[in-house]
Amino acid sequence: MTNTIADIETADVILITGSNTTENHPVLSSVVKRAVAFKGAKLIVVDPRRIKITEFSDHWLRQNLGTDVAWINGMMHVILNENLHDTAFIDARTEGFAEMKATVEKYTPEFVESITGIPARELVAAAKLFASAKAGSILYCMGITQHITGTDNVKSLANLAMLTGNLGIAGGGVNPLRGQNNVQGACDMGGLPNVLTGYQPVTNADAIQKMEKAWGVTGLPTEVGLTVTKMIPKAHDGEFKSLYIIGENPLVSDPDLNHAEKSIKNLEFLVVQDIFMTETARVADVVLPSRCFAEKEGTFSNTERRVQRVREAVKPPGDVKYDWEITCEIATRMGFPMSYGSSEEIMREIAAVTPSYGGISYDRIEHEGLHWPCPTADHPGTPILHGQQFTRGKGMFHAIEWLPPSEHADEDYPMYLTTGRVLYQYHTGTMTMKTEGLNERSPESFVEISDKDAQANGLANGDMVNVASRRGDITARVKVSSMAVNGTVFIPFHFAEAAANKLTNAQLDPVSGIPEFKVCAVKVSKAA
Amino acid sequence: MDTKRTITINGNVFPFETGETILEVARRHCIDIPTLCHLKGAAPTGACRICVVEVENARTLMPACSTPVVHQMIVLTESPKVVEARKLILQLMLSSGNHNCAVRGSDGKDWTRFQLQVAKDDNSDELCPVWGDCRLQDLAYRYQVSGEKFSATETRYPMETVNPFIVRDFSRCIQCGRCVQACNEIQVNNAINFGYRGPDSKIIAAGDRPLKDSDCVFCGECVQACPVGALVEKDVRYKVRPWETTKVRTTCSYCGVGCQLLLHVKDNRVVSVTGMPDAVPNYGSLCVKGRFGYHFINSEERLTSPLIKENGEFREASWDEALDLVADRFKTIRDTHGPDTMGVLTSARVTNEENYIAHKFTRAVLKTNNIDHCARL
Ligand code: SF4
Ligand code: SF4
Ligand code: SF4
Ligand code: FES
Repeated sequence: MTNTIADIETADVILITGSNTTENHPVLSSVVKRAVAFKGAKLIVVDPRRIKITEFSDHWLRQNLGTDVAWINGMMHVILNENLHDTAFIDARTEGFAEMKATVEKYTPEFVESITGIPARELVAAAKLFASAKAGSILYCMGITQHITGTDNVKSLANLAMLTGNLGIAGGGVNPLRGQNNVQGACDMGGLPNVLTGYQPVTNADAIQKMEKAWGVTGLPTEVGLTVTKMIPKAHDGEFKSLYIIGENPLVSDPDLNHAEKSIKNLEFLVVQDIFMTETARVADVVLPSRCFAEKEGTFSNTERRVQRVREAVKPPGDVKYDWEITCEIATRMGFPMSYGSSEEIMREIAAVTPSYGGISYDRIEHEGLHWPCPTADHPGTPILHGQQFTRGKGMFHAIEWLPPSEHADEDYPMYLTTGRVLYQYHTGTMTMKTEGLNERSPESFVEISDKDAQANGLANGDMVNVASRRGDITARVKVSSMAVNGTVFIPFHFAEAAANKLTNAQLDPVSGIPEFKVCAVKVSKAA
Repeated sequence: MDTKRTITINGNVFPFETGETILEVARRHCIDIPTLCHLKGAAPTGACRICVVEVENARTLMPACSTPVVHQMIVLTESPKVVEARKLILQLMLSSGNHNCAVRGSDGKDWTRFQLQVAKDDNSDELCPVWGDCRLQDLAYRYQVSGEKFSATETRYPMETVNPFIVRDFSRCIQCGRCVQACNEIQVNNAINFGYRGPDSKIIAAGDRPLKDSDCVFCGECVQACPVGALVEKDVRYKVRPWETTKVRTTCSYCGVGCQLLLHVKDNRVVSVTGMPDAVPNYGSLCVKGRFGYHFINSEERLTSPLIKENGEFREASWDEALDLVADRFKTIRDTHGPDTMGVLTSARVTNEENYIAHKFTRAVLKTNNIDHCARL
């Protein structure tokens, strides 16, 4: 997030898109709901499903799946047309405005309606409302990123924020909500193929040199590596030999699971390090048991870039180790000694080699976490990004055309499928499914379908239904729901027995490598 | 702060800011005024009146939690009048419902009948499940009152136990309304409210349905807000008493909000989770996963030993054997097929320190940049 969670409560207008906030970020959704209920904030929700948070919204725009760039361009078209853009901000802080303006020219509300299905009148009203905000906050999640145009979608939201001067101010910002507790930290710590810690590019000779010196090595690789979504197909073709998987369960969370499973089984050597025997661990050659969060000292970085302490509350079961301990042991046995006395010692090394974490220490975050960038020991941290200027100097407008999703409903697969999560389960369920009460509330997978679609297909609530895509098929129970919109079904991806990801499409965003989880074509039929 | 504008509390003079309540000024200066219904972050309702204080020239006692300070106000927080009023409020509260802890008093002739009746209602012969962690009990001790002054009133509504997380014991409810505020003003789930009138008053979900069939999302905010034993976690009830646990502050391991929480530990097991009060970013709030989804920690299914697959079956192995095998295979693959045929998936679930080590290992030892995690998924 460019801004903080608490900051959302000071916004005049909040725009939520592609985030089922009340189910996936419940406590943050309360901040939004309080802003609307008690602070007079207006809420715009753009989402294909009638999710709970729409009950609090002034405008709910229901877009066709995979048409986000079109409605965002449309909003910008309206704002420019009505002269509601922030000229001072644009002049002082941005570049590329003219090109962007030329591109959105043709995205008239009527043209946008023809693509997105959002009535022109509603788009105009929402755009005017957003532009009228002194502080407008944009919140988004996987519903924006998990498309082949995910990167374009994100850039488009940044365009909208810059056009209305909503960056670098309290109550504004472009705020991605991180789905998993330490996604932010995994990225910050260089768990990405193109960057070292603190987003230092692997192609930057200075950064590489600094790391080589700090670690006492030579010849660190300088070519950008492979994303997980590229490693898997290579394994399928036999070009990729080994994977070391730490605390992830791609055999439930990956797209096009049938293909992913074949690929992973095709590896020469697979090591899985986890707290449970997951679907992925089952196909490993070696499984290494690790501590869970309640047994660890360390830090997580939350969605607002706040580095917070994790503390050991209980002793681990049996003979299990810290994840870092295991990795260090392997390194040492491979002839590269790595050893640390504590997590705190590792944090000191992180601070030494990572400019944005330079001022983070356990002492300083004992009572309250700090927001990075926090370069020095006396720096107070940075709750709001881009206050004076952007990282790259000027903010860049991107001229972006809408591109359709990679798969369309057709005669054979006449409905759309979109995937996501439910309140009571988490990710692939390895943790939440150990709590009986959560399973009682959400026991199994389901296919959420509108009343009209259910009737058209001769389905009733509770029927077992077969859902098939070009890649696979699953059977699950029908849930007729007012949350569903005609023509689109929703299936949560938590449940391995009816894994939604057997159906999903592994087509990737060319830049981010994110698969198009949020759109694919399916057919539904009553299970025999 | 404008030091010219002052209030006198118990003879001491304090400055205040416009709009502050008597309670706020008093608390800032460490003067303890008891409260029951007052909930931080919600609009004061003045429902319980336990916080009443004597204000010079006021006709009645004033609730400190909802009375704004004015210049030259003179306030007494523990005057005989105040104490008398508080005692009466407490006695009334204690005589209604199954408050079968020590403050019930033991001199009354009906003691046996009362305890037996409560045991029947509770389906347990233990004392109240929150005995030792109850604001009403604290105040009964503080003001040395018991529940015997007034005759006990009958319990009107049976306990609700039909959901997996929360037991609602209407008999112990003091109608303070904190749960209603927690639900409607803090979490804004709008699941519960006051229902019925007068002596029939009860906290209900819409249509007086059980929570499991209502809009309730089991965030547990109401349980954390309840000052007495009317809302209790099902798993904790009678099994865990607060003095048996140590509390360790940490960060939630589910979503990216990063709520601060307290793990309550008894015999090396996490037995309950509560939100860390007054701390960013969640100020004590949690969701159902963070509050109730902790059973995986102590799960029987946890992996406890390294496993090596042989002929399609896993067998337990020592760390030495497993680590040597892994190191050996990684080395062979790196040296025969090249570093770029290898990859690491680090995790959005493990700590920063562990991600850092995984990233160092991939780059410095495997000598490849093929590292990623499942954030995109
Ligand atoms: S658990 Fe949460 S949603 Fe349910 S009644 Fe309590 S506060 Fe409301
Ligand atoms: S249930 Fe608890 S919080 Fe709610 S009104 Fe009764 S005593 Fe107060
Ligand atoms: S308690 Fe709920 S909202 Fe808070 S971090 Fe955990 S999962 Fe997220
Ligand atoms: S605490 Fe003030 S009236 Fe209840």
